Amino acid sequence: MPVRRRCLALAAALAVSAIPFGRTQAADQPVIVIGSILPLTGASAQTGAGLRAAQQLAADLVNGHVSYPLPMVGKNGLPHLHARIKLVFADSQGKPDQARAAAEQLITQEHAVALIGCYISSTTATASQVAERYGIPFLNPDSSAPGLTARGLKWFFRSTPSDATFAENFYQFFADLKRTKKVDVKKVAILGEDGLFGTGASDAEEDIGKHRGYDIVTRIAYPATTTEVNAEVQKVKSAAPDVIMMASYLPDALLYMRGFKDQNVQPKAIMAQDAGFIDPGFIKAEGADAEGIFTREVFSLAIKHRNQAVPLIDQLFRQRFGDKSLDGNTARDFMGVLVLADAIDRAGSTKPDAIRTALAATNIPGNLTLMPWKSIKFDAQGQNEGGAGIIEQIQGGKYETVWPFDIATKASIWPMPAWKR
Amino acid sequence: MEALTTFAQLLASGLLTGLVFALVAVGLTLVYGVMDVVNFAHGEFLMLAMYAALGLALVGIGPLLGLPLVAIALFLFGIVVYRLFVRRLLAGPPEATVFGTFGLLVLLQGIAQAVFSSDFLSAPRPPFQGTIRFAGLAVSQATVVEGIGALLLTAGLYAFVEYTETGRAMRAVAEDRIAATLMGIDVQRINGLAFGMGAACVGAAGALLMLSYPVYPTAGASFALTAFVVVALGGFGSIQGALVGALLVGMLEVFGGYYLSPELKMVPVFLAYLVVVLLRPQGLLGRR
Repeated sequence: MPVRRRCLALAAALAVSAIPFGRTQAADQPVIVIGSILPLTGASAQTGAGLRAAQQLAADLVNGHVSYPLPMVGKNGLPHLHARIKLVFADSQGKPDQARAAAEQLITQEHAVALIGCYISSTTATASQVAERYGIPFLNPDSSAPGLTARGLKWFFRSTPSDATFAENFYQFFADLKRTKKVDVKKVAILGEDGLFGTGASDAEEDIGKHRGYDIVTRIAYPATTTEVNAEVQKVKSAAPDVIMMASYLPDALLYMRGFKDQNVQPKAIMAQDAGFIDPGFIKAEGADAEGIFTREVFSLAIKHRNQAVPLIDQLFRQRFGDKSLDGNTARDFMGVLVLADAIDRAGSTKPDAIRTALAATNIPGNLTLMPWKSIKFDAQGQNEGGAGIIEQIQGGKYETVWPFDIATKASIWPMPAWKR
Repeated sequence: MEALTTFAQLLASGLLTGLVFALVAVGLTLVYGVMDVVNFAHGEFLMLAMYAALGLALVGIGPLLGLPLVAIALFLFGIVVYRLFVRRLLAGPPEATVFGTFGLLVLLQGIAQAVFSSDFLSAPRPPFQGTIRFAGLAVSQATVVEGIGALLLTAGLYAFVEYTETGRAMRAVAEDRIAATLMGIDVQRINGLAFGMGAACVGAAGALLMLSYPVYPTAGASFALTAFVVVALGGFGSIQGALVGALLVGMLEVFGGYYLSPELKMVPVFLAYLVVVLLRPQGLLGRR
């Protein structure tokens, strides 16, 4: 195994050095343009820069000749079309109207055969409407607002699972625990901030929970900018839930944690929709009391147990992006480019209709992705139906993957430990 | 019995929450009382104070020891802001102070965003993180410390304004600026002092709030919004009014949130505000 790992590392190093070589060799090949819309300036610029680097890495690997257990990588471009792909980036500034203009520009001036983007849900919404109008396929690898695929668009495909999937995962996790550990969850309390994020997550948690026969004992929406949550904590205490599901940012997450400890609200588990609970400040502020908190995630380096490409791509990415590791956002955008490349190649043509048909027929098994997904396969609404998240638990001051069980780094601790103070 | 315990718990939580609101509101009401200026950047002063307290905590100076340092720093900052900025606004039409201080809000938030980024930062291992339990009730130590701070600050400020020479001068300026000038009071100096003291109050508040809240560029805004309601309810310019208003808002929020619905917890607060504005436009304890 160590020898093999070293070989893989060598292959990764070779791949980096080989990329410029591959490019010059293939300079006479025709170029197919994919338009990418990202928040390259504005409040999300930092995230945008990472997404851009991840997408560019994916395109370079498609055009290169080193192969990995990933679709379309290492074939010197798209073999059926004898062409290379080229990403042209446009800035959404994180604003819906700018995203619309960027889509317009990429389609009419850059002649993009397909679009990818845009991370922020509201910008994805507007840019994909432009693509719909022009009849250009749009792949969204990274926006999780459930409503995006409910708009009846013909040209819109989403490879990432939505927040509804993550809510579903919580209940699947309970079912798995019931089977393996005889753990029984009945009463669920749902807390969520009252913005798009919290409302979407809470709606999904409530609908799926009721559908699966759980008792939703209370559901509370609160403003994320609140400075006190006394009444909310008392409500939860009176409802005496087995599990509390939370969609919160950091300041409000900390207020609730303090309230739960003061009022001795001691559920068997707290299931968080990442956000505040994966902020670096959370463990720092909560210390020992962060132990046992569950949170959903979209990606983990532990997925290497399924696909050995994960650490290699991570290494390549770190070389390009200031030693920052691959994360849920960058891994999803990396995969997005491969999904598009795969569809365009199978289409064997740059005609939008052919690419759309090929996208709709996409079938990539989960173990050929960097993600914890079962597969990439789009349903009638363009949503990847094979999407899934992972569940992590804070153990020993670190986020450990505990579900799905086949990529788990630690067994889950249930119920969570009692508050330390 | 359980219903009774819940009621008592809500009462305790509401009172303490109100005291935390008062902590932020007293500085705002002082500045208004003396200068007739609503400082829209009040929350941003609080945010700066929280960053300052965080900086001190990082070099090992805890919130209680750091409190006077932050208060002094904010006092000086307030005086500088007054000299360079607010003084000029006062010479213009009344709305100049509204737009001017609002511009200051945007500027300070932008600077904080650029310098500190939008990350949430908490003090490393702050003291008073335990819970005080008594007769079936529970309150967090940090909130109790913040509440005591609010009471001392309000009492101190009240005593200063009522019983010292400078305090009397402040009241004179508040009552009649021209007459005060004729009596030999340097209005500019009093104004600067009041603005500085308002900032010092919010400095003390910021140091205490680091016990229980993280700081980020818009951290002050959520507190400031409540502070404006508190001051309007209690009476613009009245220090006791700010305390009464804050306790009222705290109780209404907590009781409304529990017995109505958490989503509607601000409804009783704003209803009370509407009633007071209609029946007593100057606020509960406001003058005029």
